[in-house]
Amino acid sequence: MGTEPAAAGSLGKAAPGEPVLRLRAVGKRFPGVRALHGVTLDVQRGEAHVLLGENGAGKSTLINLLAGIIDPDEGEITFDGQPYRPRTPMDAYRAGIRVVHQELNLLSQLTVAENLLFESLPQRHGLVNFPEMNRKAAALLAEVGLDIAPSTPLERLGVAQRQLVEIAKALCHDSKLLILDEPTATLTSKEIERLFGILKQLKARQVTLIYISHRLHEIYEVGDRLTVLRDGEVVSTQPLAGLTIPDIVRLMVGREIKAEHVFRPGVVVGAEILRVDGLRRSAALPEVSFNVKRGEIVGVAGLVGSGRTETMRAVFGADPRVAGHIFVDGQEVQIASPQDAVQRGLCLLTEDRKNQGLMLGMSCVENITITDLAKVSHGGLLNAAAERSAAEKLIQELRIKTPSIFQLVRNFSGGNQQKVVIAKWLFRGAQVLICDEPTRGIDVGAKEEIYELLWDLAAEGRGIVVVSSDLPELVGICHRIIVFAHDRIVGEVPRAEFDQQRILSLAYEEFDLEPSH
Amino acid sequence: MSPATDTAHEAPTAAHGGRWNRAMQFLMRDAGVAIALVLIVIFFSLTAPYFATSENFLKIFVQIAINTVLAAGMTFVILTGGIDLSVGSVLALCTVVGALIMTIPDMSPALSIPLAMLGCMGTGAACGWINGFVCEQWKIPPFIVTLGMLNMASGAARVLSNNATITGLPQPFVDFGNAIVGGVLPTIFLIALAVVAAGWFVLRFMVFGRFIFAIGTNEEAVRLSGHSPRRYKTAAFTICGLTAGTAAMVYLLRLNVGSPIAGIGYELNAIAAVIIGGTSLNGGKGSIIGTLVGACILQVLSTGLQLFGVGDNFKPIVIGAVIILAVILDAYRERYLRNLETR
Repeated sequence: MGTEPAAAGSLGKAAPGEPVLRLRAVGKRFPGVRALHGVTLDVQRGEAHVLLGENGAGKSTLINLLAGIIDPDEGEITFDGQPYRPRTPMDAYRAGIRVVHQELNLLSQLTVAENLLFESLPQRHGLVNFPEMNRKAAALLAEVGLDIAPSTPLERLGVAQRQLVEIAKALCHDSKLLILDEPTATLTSKEIERLFGILKQLKARQVTLIYISHRLHEIYEVGDRLTVLRDGEVVSTQPLAGLTIPDIVRLMVGREIKAEHVFRPGVVVGAEILRVDGLRRSAALPEVSFNVKRGEIVGVAGLVGSGRTETMRAVFGADPRVAGHIFVDGQEVQIASPQDAVQRGLCLLTEDRKNQGLMLGMSCVENITITDLAKVSHGGLLNAAAERSAAEKLIQELRIKTPSIFQLVRNFSGGNQQKVVIAKWLFRGAQVLICDEPTRGIDVGAKEEIYELLWDLAAEGRGIVVVSSDLPELVGICHRIIVFAHDRIVGEVPRAEFDQQRILSLAYEEFDLEPSH
Repeated sequence: MSPATDTAHEAPTAAHGGRWNRAMQFLMRDAGVAIALVLIVIFFSLTAPYFATSENFLKIFVQIAINTVLAAGMTFVILTGGIDLSVGSVLALCTVVGALIMTIPDMSPALSIPLAMLGCMGTGAACGWINGFVCEQWKIPPFIVTLGMLNMASGAARVLSNNATITGLPQPFVDFGNAIVGGVLPTIFLIALAVVAAGWFVLRFMVFGRFIFAIGTNEEAVRLSGHSPRRYKTAAFTICGLTAGTAAMVYLLRLNVGSPIAGIGYELNAIAAVIIGGTSLNGGKGSIIGTLVGACILQVLSTGLQLFGVGDNFKPIVIGAVIILAVILDAYRERYLRNLETR
């Protein structure tokens, strides 16, 4: 490759036929979790490479790595024949890699044209050349089929239009590699068609695409090859042609139901402890109803954005709701705030442990007792000894590993942090635990411990709800699984009928497994 | 990650490991600012003429009192992640209220002094409560709300006083303010120490104090734990107003006049003391003892520079630089501490 003449021109320095992007044994570790491990991957020039995997499989980490947002710990990346080690997103842009992120990175106070050309505004005598800028922007907008004036303020655009602006922005920079993270999530079918047209043109221009989507049927439209990630490792890379959707689902789910042994059939399922009846988060959304019994673990499956997290937050009073009744132990209760919910014995283990569940800069004890300081105080005065012994008891019971109860929780691993969250709710005497992604970002070994813990709590007569994107997890530990899609409950599967593919197909709600695809 | 390495990872022994490590943590976390103060005092004692005299220390103690009281209350607000820009003009308003009460004709000092105290502290607390209520009710940043209060309190002080200073406070009051205990401790400094001690007790030992830190660390987590941060944040502002009222009493004791132009710029000195004392503007981290030390550093610097013959025009340049330096050092200290914790 080194002998390749510079005249290779716009095709870059990699020899023809060489992969444009090569990853060799790339790894990335976050405190307490291995996000990527030994990822080896070749992406060919001009291909559309589909990246699939469940939540937490490592897709975002991989993208952020390529975008220069995070540094890999190990491994080598080569891009366009050159070692590639971006330190900032700017490095990635310069190398010709652009990412269209799921959360859009646009400046809503500026105009569409300013957003499109922000990184290289046309100038004349040091001033912005507005006519030139708007002319260039109009051309880009035409390319993505967006019929708006370049001078429109971005904030007037809807989400789908913004998505297209983001794509147009990527086009204008002559990118060699374009990474699209769920670009169609907010688009209508007509806009999606348009997008696919653009992507095909890009491919014809030898632009390489990495395409991430949860909508399995649409990847056939653009994709050439497919890589499936699972638990931070590459499961398989193969051509899309010849793969059926069930094949892909199997690759994604892959691992056997390892947690099967965790299920405890001996636990007595008792009376209904929580019933949610006709809950609506807003007038436009459908009603949701479900219940949980004492000693029962109810799984909630569904894609991110299917309304599962939002519904649970509404039950807990953390987000507003416009209709619906909530019953605890058969009694209707008014829950307008988390305060009300906690008083009724409900608790929510949020999916975002670090930002919503814990006070990272405070000690283990302080995090545990915050839910019920009245229990360890008298007349507003804290009783340090009582507080310490109460916390120590829980730390022992839940086997939280810490050298000292005064250790700051930000130094804990994910598994131990989650145990601290559970401990704080047990301290409050919670009877219904709503756990949103209880094992996200937690190592496999620690996951099993959390499952055991949840089962201990169920066996003591509590009701447990587990929201998770990790289907094998739900299949392993739950009595039944409720499936969410498009803000509705689209199905409920009892344990006897557990079948990961059936549940997945309900969640994706876009294909039937029975007829062939 | 395998269970084995997991265990190793999960047992960060550092914080409680070596004695050296622990000593460093104490020095850096709890004693850092105090050491800085001691060094500054030693430096000036050795180099500046008259610095190490009891008259000079007496002077410093007198000058420190007002800012210490203001900064003590400010610590509560900043710990929750807020800020209060209004304390200076609230102080002015309170001095006017207090002085007006004490100069009511024919009222005996035995009645007028306690009434003035009530008036000062009540007015201050009310202003603080309004700050907190407006911030929380309409979710407006404290910066804006307290900026508005700064103007309103200042205007109210002028209206009440007819834009004039109010003199003629009762003699027993004036005498009390001038009293010096044990030859070197002015009464007003003792009042300031008492305020700091009370604040320390509340933050350290009371449920309320725990909530102040918790809200500053992660307000959403506190909310989702089933509490209403709003109550505690409003209370923090009320405390800050209350100390502004108390500082107004100290002002009256020291200068014996109520004035609508008192306290201009005091809020910035108070904030500076809190920040130099190691409290984070993001909330959740800091201590009121640090604030006391921060106030001392500011005054010692000011006095020391004066004794050096640094002109009044140059002094603010040095002090401004010190404030920025303190925050830079704090960032390094934080990084160093995190390393110690996880090593």
